[in-house]
Amino acid sequence: MKISEGEEDVMAKEISESQRMWLTFWRNKTALAGGGIAILVIFVAIFAPYISPMDPLEQDSYARLAGSSSKHWLGTDDFGRDILSRIIWGSRISLIIGFSSVLLGMVMGTAMGMIAGYYGGRAESIIMRSIDVLMCFPDLILAIAITAALGSNLLNLIISIAIVMAPRFARLSHGSILSLREREYVIAAQAIGAKVPRILFRHIFPNLFGEILVAGTLWVGEAIRLEANLAFIGLGVQPPTPTWGNMIREGVDVLINAPGISVYSGLSILITILSFNMLGDGIRDITDPRLRGA
Amino acid sequence: MFNYAVRRILQSIPILLIVLSLVFVVVRVLPGDPAVAALGDYASKEAVQALREKMGLNAPLWLQYLRFLRNLCHGDLGTSIITGYPVASQVLRVLPHTLELTVCAIILGYLLGIPLGISAAVRRNSGVDYFNRIFSLLGLSVPAFYLGILLMLVLSIKLKLFPVVGAGEFTDLSKNLRHLFLPALTLGLIMTAYITRMTRSSILNILREDYVRTAHSKGISEKVVLYKHVLRNALIPIVALGGVYAVVLIGSSVMVEIVFSRPGLGSLMVGAIKQRDYTTLQSVMVIYVVIVVVINLLTDLIYGFIDPRIQYK
Repeated sequence: MKISEGEEDVMAKEISESQRMWLTFWRNKTALAGGGIAILVIFVAIFAPYISPMDPLEQDSYARLAGSSSKHWLGTDDFGRDILSRIIWGSRISLIIGFSSVLLGMVMGTAMGMIAGYYGGRAESIIMRSIDVLMCFPDLILAIAITAALGSNLLNLIISIAIVMAPRFARLSHGSILSLREREYVIAAQAIGAKVPRILFRHIFPNLFGEILVAGTLWVGEAIRLEANLAFIGLGVQPPTPTWGNMIREGVDVLINAPGISVYSGLSILITILSFNMLGDGIRDITDPRLRGA
Repeated sequence: MFNYAVRRILQSIPILLIVLSLVFVVVRVLPGDPAVAALGDYASKEAVQALREKMGLNAPLWLQYLRFLRNLCHGDLGTSIITGYPVASQVLRVLPHTLELTVCAIILGYLLGIPLGISAAVRRNSGVDYFNRIFSLLGLSVPAFYLGILLMLVLSIKLKLFPVVGAGEFTDLSKNLRHLFLPALTLGLIMTAYITRMTRSSILNILREDYVRTAHSKGISEKVVLYKHVLRNALIPIVALGGVYAVVLIGSSVMVEIVFSRPGLGSLMVGAIKQRDYTTLQSVMVIYVVIVVVINLLTDLIYGFIDPRIQYK
């Protein structure tokens, strides 16, 4: 079949779906900025021991509530501890809790949603009504109650926030499964006798993963905010371990004399959450079919 | 509409029952003995046992549960194990402060958010749109307690325009409003960010619809198309999600009450956790749950009023 010159040009310019997604991402300045800042925050958290100017626990009684200086770029707190060093080290706790709780919530919630959506019937009713019950509690109230019940250490905080996050993933995956389970490839797999775990993880889950990833990226910021809220009311990782929420709480007591403690710590939280929201928005725009070609 | 309302109210009852049961279980899982919390760690075993007997904690769990439900039906929220006062009186004292804060924030959010969202949508990709998008992104990202601290720092501490902490009495309106302004502004700005984003997205979706294109092609003015054809349909998801955001706001009100040292359910709850006052904690969680169920119910009813199609589903 003879191909015209115009058709040749079109065929030469055709790009794969992943290339299209990358191009869309690179053109989205908001997503790029968010991604860049998020990577910077992750870099700071990973290399905290090397980039922190001082030991975050080191106290200097002669430099309590000091302002900015060449030695303490952001000043010191009520114990003479360097604020910049504590903010750098505090990023570790926030990111560990943020990522771990979202990952755990993703696993729990997606599993529940997939089982409910695939099996339907009584399993679906029990699981989804339980999800409805959990979602009757405001996130923060539920997180406070669970943390108070479990105790406030790193692992319990991750579990508490994961329990708050799981219903969101369950609802998301349940909604998607309802259409995915009717696809031809799923019916074909059932027809040849494939076992349910294989169908769920080999055929259904890969088609669900993109949506889950977008939501997960957006909700990392939410998890970090929850952790900061819990730390602010004294239910976070306990002092003297530096966490941003703890620092804000300690700073409120000396807000008039040294506002920097609360302001700089809070700014760190804001920048981190903002970056993940911007990145999540960008990833969502890439995967939204209505915005293709926009 | 009446049948729809009755149906929704009846559907809420089993959800409420299950949620209240979950509250009962969660409070029982809390570490520590409430009787020890009330008497102190050095109380004698006999005293602890006597108090446990008096509080009904030695009864089987199913009996405690039935008593819990019976007392709730009679409006009896129990007695605080720390203060000895009825929890209902404590809740009634602080609940109006939480409600006024949340209602003001919701009203502010809609009053500011809808016009901002409309302006962003009709002037898409202009400076106004970019400003609104940055504002809403910031509003979605900022923790409520941090925003409250910043507003307190600037408007109360530096400029001395508003009181730093506390709440006014309802009998003194001007004093009450002065104490309410900053906390309500804190939550209201966050609600505005949610509503702006939702309004913009909703209107942009509606503007693509065929009937809007038809209205334009008939020569109808931009204003009439926007307010008569677009906005009414755009309001549906805004109302639906407004209920969701109001629930989020209830959670954030806990933080704002702590920052501004306002009396409220949030302050009462956090205080109860720190003092291991389980009766008060249980009752506060019950009240929160009831508020959320009522908000969800009201949202559905308003939704059904705005979109008549909903009632027939």
